[in-house]
Amino acid sequence: MVEAATPEHTDLSVDDEAAFASAGPARALVIACGALAREIVDFRAANGFDHLDITCLPAKLHNRPHLIPEAVRTKIKANKADYRAIFVAYGDCGTGGLLDKVIEEEGVERIEGPHCYAFYTGQKAFAAITDDDPTQFFLTDYMVRHFDRLIIEGLGLDRWPELRDDYFGNYTNCVYISQVRDEALEAKAREAAGRLGLGYVHRHVGYGELAGFMEAAATAGEEAGAP
Amino acid sequence: MSDDEIILSELSDADLVEQMHDDLYDGLKEEIEEGVNILLERGWAPYTILTDALVEGMRIVGIDFRDGILFVPEVLKSANAMKGGMKILRPLLAETGAPRAGKMVIGTVKGDIHDIGKNLVTMMMEGAGFEVIDLGINNPVENYLAALEEHEPDILGMSALLTTTMPYMKVVIDTMKEKGIRDDYVVMVGGAPLNQEFATAVGADAYCSDAAVTVETAKELMKRRHNVTAAGATAA
Repeated sequence: MVEAATPEHTDLSVDDEAAFASAGPARALVIACGALAREIVDFRAANGFDHLDITCLPAKLHNRPHLIPEAVRTKIKANKADYRAIFVAYGDCGTGGLLDKVIEEEGVERIEGPHCYAFYTGQKAFAAITDDDPTQFFLTDYMVRHFDRLIIEGLGLDRWPELRDDYFGNYTNCVYISQVRDEALEAKAREAAGRLGLGYVHRHVGYGELAGFMEAAATAGEEAGAP
Repeated sequence: MSDDEIILSELSDADLVEQMHDDLYDGLKEEIEEGVNILLERGWAPYTILTDALVEGMRIVGIDFRDGILFVPEVLKSANAMKGGMKILRPLLAETGAPRAGKMVIGTVKGDIHDIGKNLVTMMMEGAGFEVIDLGINNPVENYLAALEEHEPDILGMSALLTTTMPYMKVVIDTMKEKGIRDDYVVMVGGAPLNQEFATAVGADAYCSDAAVTVETAKELMKRRHNVTAAGATAA
């Protein structure tokens, strides 16, 4: 949770503006942050939610959070006529409640929580961790995979390593909240913590509340598609 | 040394100040320190160096950040360069009795350790002639109240980066109301997830979207405050 040019921030590659169409006729759509694309697509495949379509917005929108609400609104409007139910897989993501205003105005649903760290970890568990100690810097699988691009290059640390203290001077630990169990990713996360000069903690949280959200979206899609 | 290398000491005053704007933009701390020392040697008043060379340079940086031309790393480099210049000027400003625009207490709210924005505001407010008492990060309401009592500022500034921590600003303002001191201060709030609607809802006097806006808003509110005080004194 570094300021402005934060974690899931900066750009994506394959996930940008991508649409992942289902195999059969879909009745529900998930509009997701690009930083969640891989996890959501994997989860759909693993659970056979073939009737659920997925479309993503660029993760780099996090660099300008005030642009997220209208980008989501545009996506909703573009798809409203084609789907009976639309779900938004975004945290508040620094929009200060403005995304929820769009969600309410457009009559769709959003996954609960301020950001992906919270819904992966679980709202209560995440609050307990951060209330107790706000000096934790969180990494998800996505962020570990793209650590160099998002953090080192995205925050300019490749060019100006002396900025490390400006960004991370108030943090103590790097907490890797993993979605999948992967030794190579864990090693990379540990190395990332070292590069940032932070202690390392690993908590395997899986998909957390994102799983329930996806199941609810899939159920809504089934119901909408029923005769 | 290449033929086109710029020798700062050989530039005219006007060219040197312009070059310092460029150097601030590029985050060149050593060059800024050198430029400040050259202008001091030429007899420039510390306050004039601060406003004409440093603050003006950072104003340009702020505009390009707002317009999406510069990003956080570049702004931090510029800020660190300005800090280098400020370090030289600060003791001299105190000695020469530079004009004081007002006094501000500032800090990030409880649960929030993100201080890049707050640090930029502190620097720009100092550059604009405000005395700033920086409470640092993760401040419970007790810290703010103690600082208000101790330093008697004109302005209380609160900063938050997180959606989860920004509601704490209301806790602070409500506590000030309970104690009957809310109207004794101008309360300004800022941080990436905030907006005017939120600032109004929590009872702040102003929402500031960036450091430059904070400075302009603070100046304007101080002017209004002085006018109200003056009108009150006349009426009495």
